[in-house]
Amino acid sequence: MKAKKGDWVMVHNIVLTPEQRAPQVPDDTKKVPLEMWVKGYAQAAAKKGEEVEIETITGRKVTGTLVEVGPTYAHSFGNHVPELLKIGKQLREILFGGDSIE
Amino acid sequence: MSNMSYEAVMGRKNEIMKKAIGIDYSVFESGSIAFDFEKMMKETGYTLEEMQKIQGETGVGNTPIYELKNLTALARKCSAPGKGARIFLKDEGANPSGSFKARRAANAVFHAKKLGYKGVIAATSGNYGAAVASQAAMHGLKCIIVQECYDSTYKGQPEIVEKARKCEAYGAEVVQLTVGPELFYSFLLMLEETGYFNASLYTPFGIAGVETLGYELAIQMRERVGKDPDVVVCTNAGGGNLSGTARGLKKAGADSKVVAASVNLSGLHMASDTQFNKKSFTTGHTGFGIPFTTWPDRSDVPRSAARPLRYMDRYVTVAQGEVFYMTETLAQIEGLERGPAGNTSLAAAFSIAKEMDEDQIIVVQETEYTGAGKHVQPQLSFARDNGIEIKFGNPAEEVPGENIILPSHPEMIKAVDLDMVKIRKSLIKNAVNQVGTTDISEADILFLVEETKTSKEFVLETLKELSEK
Repeated sequence: MKAKKGDWVMVHNIVLTPEQRAPQVPDDTKKVPLEMWVKGYAQAAAKKGEEVEIETITGRKVTGTLVEVGPTYAHSFGNHVPELLKIGKQLREILFGGDSIE
Repeated sequence: MSNMSYEAVMGRKNEIMKKAIGIDYSVFESGSIAFDFEKMMKETGYTLEEMQKIQGETGVGNTPIYELKNLTALARKCSAPGKGARIFLKDEGANPSGSFKARRAANAVFHAKKLGYKGVIAATSGNYGAAVASQAAMHGLKCIIVQECYDSTYKGQPEIVEKARKCEAYGAEVVQLTVGPELFYSFLLMLEETGYFNASLYTPFGIAGVETLGYELAIQMRERVGKDPDVVVCTNAGGGNLSGTARGLKKAGADSKVVAASVNLSGLHMASDTQFNKKSFTTGHTGFGIPFTTWPDRSDVPRSAARPLRYMDRYVTVAQGEVFYMTETLAQIEGLERGPAGNTSLAAAFSIAKEMDEDQIIVVQETEYTGAGKHVQPQLSFARDNGIEIKFGNPAEEVPGENIILPSHPEMIKAVDLDMVKIRKSLIKNAVNQVGTTDISEADILFLVEETKTSKEFVLETLKELSEK
């Protein structure tokens, strides 16, 4: 995956290494770094995994490792949850009873 | 170039904040526990009329109230004869950014523009991000939202991922981080770098922005049913929703009981990397609600304007399964599809309505928008993918992080009362810990009376107990 100069990309950074983490964080969190992801226009051509400077939508310059070119959204409505169908059926039964429509 | 180490940046915290908010909090301080809360609200906030104008100019507020007749009928089928209050819902999801947070953001962004800031920054994984981004778009300001979004395997909470999309839809820059309180460090660095305004959730103008909600609610209910609601239920996390709403109700002269409701997430650590995706609610839960109620001054400003214990008559928790069930119920029998987190207070209200008389009125004071990621199905699907068992049963047996129990029957929905005496004592204990002594001034004692909505006797008795320990 390659980004050309001017492509909309996402970069990744380590903000704090595990050793630099705040004293109050729980032990499991202390084992991992504090990471950051930001999107912006690549200021130079780069390959995935390479360091590149970006300009964010507000005009900030951020340098980080290129992780994605043309980032978009993948969140969805998830998988079918059969329990949900039962709720509506039960409520209509309690409120309106059988097939009758009030 | 200044020192960017964690310690150095945290050490510059007060200096950075003063520049980024434009409030010198020291003028309200007494030097010990007490500070002049009402003076702070008066001198740095806006009047109700000013706020209605500011919000009205960007289409915020004046949201409709629905009477949930089918839900009321359902509650009555699950109650003793003569019980089952009329349930009403204020549809705050109808605000421009899809939640009541638009009220807080409208004031904050207006204020930022008035002071001449070029942009605004907010640290939030919640609906407030979209609210600030939406207002910044309307006012032509730049906007950065800093979110805690992912665990260390880059798995994001679907609800938060959706909120990032919404912020970006309004032209904001979204900075996403992994779990941890050091988000504040990144936030400070960005404030320093940009010189933007800190559109904190907890400033006087932000909290005052919610007063219009409580005020409107009282006026609307008087027009609708000719009286004030007996009970108003507020979802409680950082405390701003409840504080602002209660202050607005007071300004309208309403003496409704104010009930706080949070999703019970006890046992889960909010800063834990491995537990981050074991929860199904990222706001409106006890992980924020309890600490912020028992000690409000833990936010991104020196003195929080959200002080919920001053206004709270009762505090209940509901299970995740109950809130998801009620979210589905709202869609299925009322034809209103809204986001789960905003329905925390709805689940509590359904339970409380069953205790109340038929001629009484209970109002749920918010809803939030719904969509991909931020919806009962993706949130339950995500939970199941993360090893959480989902089943029908008795929600009282739900164990956060292990299972989600949907009630087998709506009569099983039962809000659980938290011990208000314990909560009030906890705030006094936290205050005493700040100064390291129970031998405090008369002004401090009177301040704690206000903070806990109790009496001088109660505060003195608690101080005595603490000194004996």
